[in-house]
Amino acid sequence: MEIKHLTIKEINQGLKNKEFSAKDILEFYIKQIEKKEGEINAFISTSFDLARKQAQEIDQKIAQGQDLDILAGVPMAIKDNILVQGLPATAGSKILKDYQASYDATVVERLRRKGAVILGKLNMDEFAMGSSGEYSSFGKTKNPRDLKRVPGGSSSGAAAAVAADMCVYALGSETGGSTRQPASFCGIVGLKPTYGSVSRYGLMALASSLDQIGVLAKNSSDVKIVFDAIKGIDQKDSTSVESDLVSNNNFDISKIKIGIPKEYFIEGIEPEVKKAVEEAIDFFKKSGAKIVEISLPNSKYALACYQILMTAEASSNLARYDNIRYGNRDFLAKGLKSLEQEYSEFRKEGFGKEASRRIMLGTYVLSAGYYDAYYLRAQKIRTLIINDFKKAFEEIDLIITPTAPTTAFEFGQRLKDPVTMYLADIFTSSANLAGIPGISIPCHKKDQLPIGLQIMGDLCQEDKIFRVAEFFEKNNK
Amino acid sequence: MISKDQIQHIAKLAKLDLSKSEEENLAKDLDSILDYVEKMKEADVTKIEPTSHCIGLTNVFRSDVIEVCDPTTIKIIKDDFLQTKGEYLKVKSVFNNGD
Repeated sequence: MEIKHLTIKEINQGLKNKEFSAKDILEFYIKQIEKKEGEINAFISTSFDLARKQAQEIDQKIAQGQDLDILAGVPMAIKDNILVQGLPATAGSKILKDYQASYDATVVERLRRKGAVILGKLNMDEFAMGSSGEYSSFGKTKNPRDLKRVPGGSSSGAAAAVAADMCVYALGSETGGSTRQPASFCGIVGLKPTYGSVSRYGLMALASSLDQIGVLAKNSSDVKIVFDAIKGIDQKDSTSVESDLVSNNNFDISKIKIGIPKEYFIEGIEPEVKKAVEEAIDFFKKSGAKIVEISLPNSKYALACYQILMTAEASSNLARYDNIRYGNRDFLAKGLKSLEQEYSEFRKEGFGKEASRRIMLGTYVLSAGYYDAYYLRAQKIRTLIINDFKKAFEEIDLIITPTAPTTAFEFGQRLKDPVTMYLADIFTSSANLAGIPGISIPCHKKDQLPIGLQIMGDLCQEDKIFRVAEFFEKNNK
Repeated sequence: MISKDQIQHIAKLAKLDLSKSEEENLAKDLDSILDYVEKMKEADVTKIEPTSHCIGLTNVFRSDVIEVCDPTTIKIIKDDFLQTKGEYLKVKSVFNNGD
């Protein structure tokens, strides 16, 4: 079998049986990157020296007959807002173009310990603000399925790199759909775990009450393996939780009750997206799952509520980019006299359009006189949205919806009007508001542009999501 | 509608030095986003408590133990910092004479 088709388990087996070495696997992926990077622009920086050292260590372990972790020797890449000690971490912003991470994020530390091989840092919308990858300061990433189209965002490079066989899996991040939506656009699998189930230590903050590190890979089993490796409580993130709910081993699809929220099949959803998702629902029905229509009446406010909370938190989190704590030397050389002048000129020059827009909106909704009307109201609506899900999960196991209302759109199409860009998150942002896990898996036909099927579960119910996703992948041919 | 004065006020709070055309564009963008979020007004939120943490964790503590920072981390932090003087990180003075 070709190396690019190997799953994590198959790579592990092959390494153990000495069918190939970690070096063979790594050199294949390096070649893939060298071949495709010019066209796709998925990476902001590569770390092949580090990767070669890591692969060599794995090969030595194999030669010595040592135990091999399932992820050992598997080449992967990391979104550029997650820190890897000694590697650049730009978050897609020119503000951090010279920045080097001084420590490992907890997820990176956990993966390193398991022998992961790190290929490099992935392109993204600036500070994870965007749904198309077009807001990166390092050029747009192209969708490997159709180069005229966006790969989705903000984990644009992560989704594109996995889809273009430039790595086996990738770490992304999510605030309102930034892992699931690009996975949907690129035809791969993307998981947004339960809030807190994966430590955020070492992930650059966008909106702290919504942010979560996500996993992207070609199939749900690979995503599950990576999630299992990175999840769990971390002293360095006080919002982290133990996510240890494992469902019954005897998985039986006929015992699964799936809710279809009527509010999600609205106008504005592309007919082929609707059709593909309905066919998937039909597949589950035929397989014996119980399908029930449910109502999440407050989901119509989700995107608006998300916009307020996310921008408010972002405006405060991004205050740290002030050319003191983080900055760049070229700018310092200008020799501006006052501190105030330095702050505001640096930030004006450094932040791109979308970042400025969100900082401005966030500052506005938090400013005197507007707090109650916007921020406080949005926090109350967040309660309503959480209650909707709580009520729904009393009766059902999982919720199925489209991941995004459309397939990947063409470059430039949504740059003029920010609201049309934000609509790409309309089906995903609710899960971030409620903290619940969600996955996007491909459900399109071979000759179609990719379409994502979203499966959401109750808090800490990732296991149930994986079971159903794997069942779909295995049986829906 | 967001007025020019409001935009300038917010920009000042956000420490962004905007040009005239940026002010105009942002006013337009903010108007269209605020227009979209208007629909939040329809929701009935009487007697609803605001959510600040979606899964309800409160007061997470750990012991206050000093951990030694590894030399590589210290070196990179220093290298990242724009200005240093000896063992110190250097920043612009906040209070200048005559301010």
